[in-house]
Amino acid sequence: MATTLSSIQAPVSTICASSQRPHCPTGTQSLLFVSKPSNYTIFAKTSYSFKPSKIRPITAPRATPSSSPPTTFHGQCYVLGDNIDTDQIIPAEHLTLVPSKPDEYKKLGSFAFSGLPTSLYPIPFIQPGTDSTQYPIIIAGANFGCGSSREHAPVALGAAGVRAVVAESYARIFFRNSVATGEVYPIELEHEGVNKQCTTGDIVTVDLERNVFINHTKGKEFVLKPIGDAGPVIDAGGIFAYARKTGMISSVV
Amino acid sequence: MTCGTALLSLSHWLLVLGISSLPHPLPEISSARASLFRVPTHHRHTLPSPSFSSNPSTPLHSCKNCKRIFSDYIILYSLPPVLLMAATIVPAHAAFFGAKKEIGARASFSPSISAHRCRKHALNKVLAVMSPTQPSRAPSTTGSVKHGMTMTEKILAKSSDRSKLEPGENIWVNIDVLMTHDVCGPGTIGIFKKEFGKNAKVWDREKIVIIPDHYIFTSDERANRNVDIIRDFALEQNIKYFYDIKDLSNFKVNPDYKGVCHVALAQEGHCRPGEVLLGTDSHTCNAGAFGQFATGIGNTDAGFVMGTGKLLLKVPPTMQFVLDGEMPHYLLAKDLILQIIGEITVAGATYKSMEFVGSTVESLNMEERMTLCNMVVEAGGKNGVVPPDETTFKYLEGKTSLNYEPVYSDESAKFISEYRFDVSKLEPVVAKPHSPDNRALARECKDVKIDRVYIGSCTGGKTEDFMAAAKVFLASGKKVKVPTFLVPATQKVWMDLYSLPVPGSGGKTCSQIFEEAGCDTPASPSCGACLGGPRDTYARMNEPMVCVSTTNRNFPGRMGHKEGQIYLASPYTAAASALTGYVTDPREFL
Repeated sequence: MATTLSSIQAPVSTICASSQRPHCPTGTQSLLFVSKPSNYTIFAKTSYSFKPSKIRPITAPRATPSSSPPTTFHGQCYVLGDNIDTDQIIPAEHLTLVPSKPDEYKKLGSFAFSGLPTSLYPIPFIQPGTDSTQYPIIIAGANFGCGSSREHAPVALGAAGVRAVVAESYARIFFRNSVATGEVYPIELEHEGVNKQCTTGDIVTVDLERNVFINHTKGKEFVLKPIGDAGPVIDAGGIFAYARKTGMISSVV
Repeated sequence: MTCGTALLSLSHWLLVLGISSLPHPLPEISSARASLFRVPTHHRHTLPSPSFSSNPSTPLHSCKNCKRIFSDYIILYSLPPVLLMAATIVPAHAAFFGAKKEIGARASFSPSISAHRCRKHALNKVLAVMSPTQPSRAPSTTGSVKHGMTMTEKILAKSSDRSKLEPGENIWVNIDVLMTHDVCGPGTIGIFKKEFGKNAKVWDREKIVIIPDHYIFTSDERANRNVDIIRDFALEQNIKYFYDIKDLSNFKVNPDYKGVCHVALAQEGHCRPGEVLLGTDSHTCNAGAFGQFATGIGNTDAGFVMGTGKLLLKVPPTMQFVLDGEMPHYLLAKDLILQIIGEITVAGATYKSMEFVGSTVESLNMEERMTLCNMVVEAGGKNGVVPPDETTFKYLEGKTSLNYEPVYSDESAKFISEYRFDVSKLEPVVAKPHSPDNRALARECKDVKIDRVYIGSCTGGKTEDFMAAAKVFLASGKKVKVPTFLVPATQKVWMDLYSLPVPGSGGKTCSQIFEEAGCDTPASPSCGACLGGPRDTYARMNEPMVCVSTTNRNFPGRMGHKEGQIYLASPYTAAASALTGYVTDPREFL
């Protein structure tokens, strides 16, 4: 599987916890911690069909209740309110783009959150003239992703460079689509009102091993609900990739 | 990979989507050599056991009793060995779940989960290993029968070959109908081909219904291309139900074209009591009006269903809504559902089933019941159901030749909550911008000046909806004060507008009444501007303005412009508002 690096603005790093991923691939991935947004190289998904190769442990993944994907996300966050529906995530006029086509996948990303009313959200999610976001982490209130079942919604977020959404709660179809596609981690907060204590642009860390969300700018920590068994599915790249990785589906001709 | 790990991986496969418990205890596997063939109900297959591990060139064996052929990974029904050996790709439908004609074939399908990973190399074709269908166990053996099941639970139990299940369980469900349209179809097809192979065949060419309806009458090239993509696929797969449109300049010359998918599914007889219907559209729950389990799914799940005819679903608990009392003449089902959503909020039914019962529900016709179930998703609901009755059966007469088996909630079924409404006391309501649960009485919004009215969509563009609007215009006799857009959901609805007499009008049709009232001419049937769409969509809101609409969502930007203000309402309320130029309670005219 081809692995390509794309040099984009989003200041995020994916840190693989050493206990589960002893083998750091050389040459194809670099792990850098955030300091200056301009010097970033990240391995975001470059297209829908091609996932960056993940480090595979020697033994096959074991499903134990305590295991969780060994992933941490770090970077600037974008803060939203309650009931952000999929029309705001990706307006209907862009649904002519077919997510399974690589070039249209990328275009979808460029329209992520273009449906947000500017009166409520004056900071654009994607800088005009660019096609991906500086905000790899979304902080939201209740019922995130409600409305239409369009899978274009989590796809647009993933294509734009979002790695995780941290919300109070999710609408079911959006949650299901996020896991099935593997595009974003839909993480739930333990308590309400966290989004009110964060501001767009805050530097945050989402730690899925310790189940904690840290806002470095505000100096606060919040508890996350464990992502549970949805984690390995997203980690593998979605439902089909996961089924192949665990041997549930043999390769298809 | 050891046997034990294989099983644990299986549990992972089952535990997707935030689910936390196994659907059913998996069988104990004591050694790699144990026979892992789940036994179908009729007899225990007699197979040479360890020999398949020793001879890699003959990985296939037939049961001495029924001659069925087994492999390490899947059970292939009734395929001659020579075909199996020669086939480079085993057709998905035959390979995984048995020939369609075999009675009970799918019911007793149970793949083996082999621990013989060393054997994997011998079978390098399309093989899907799925969770075994759990054998039916009589309730008396489990000793756990304390209560009955709700309608939704029963339908899912039937479709997953279980005699009993509980909310929260994850089960593999056999799908009766999969629907997709022009917006999600291409993406679904892309995933299907990528995951099952570009030459893969769909699980059942008669169970997939492809309905172009969203972005049809537009010059947007990608939108037009998307219709071409689904047509190519329908031809390639010989899909039985593809409601094609080629000539965009005149919908009437396209005999196959229907229009809005949810209304077309009902009108063409694809909705049947007791069945499971999935669609790549959130308003698929509309079909619950027929007493079936119907819900919306994304492209990836749909791609999976396309190849396998199954999906892993979590059984939702059921909320019961008892609607009693005589329906006032100024209320419609839209008022009822807006009332309910306002009551429980847009997340009030998340992951739950909504069951609608009571004398009022029984008095509703099928189209009104559809309106009720259509907006279940706006409350976060997974699906909605109405118990089927004579009204249902009458509607279905002549529409479907397939047998169906209605299912009803048990007396002792457990509901997670119950809401009771005395419908005779309710008043017309609207949902104010910008949420379907932002409920207000229509009469309390009488000072809201409006710029236009839109009557259309799966929610409010059916024949009954237009009849209702026509009744208000007829009662008034005056002309509308704002542009009033009429978008019939399907060709059939359009024809009804031009042919059916409106009661009490002396034989006038809806179209005549609309013309006399100064409404726009009824447009080409499609989803239209309900969701905005490409810029040139008829009635799209391209500037900020206030609109009263019979559609289903009013989130910011829903009909096009981000600053647009949408008041969701019943067709009575919409028509009344068109006549005054303000949000208006229809009792002003009725």
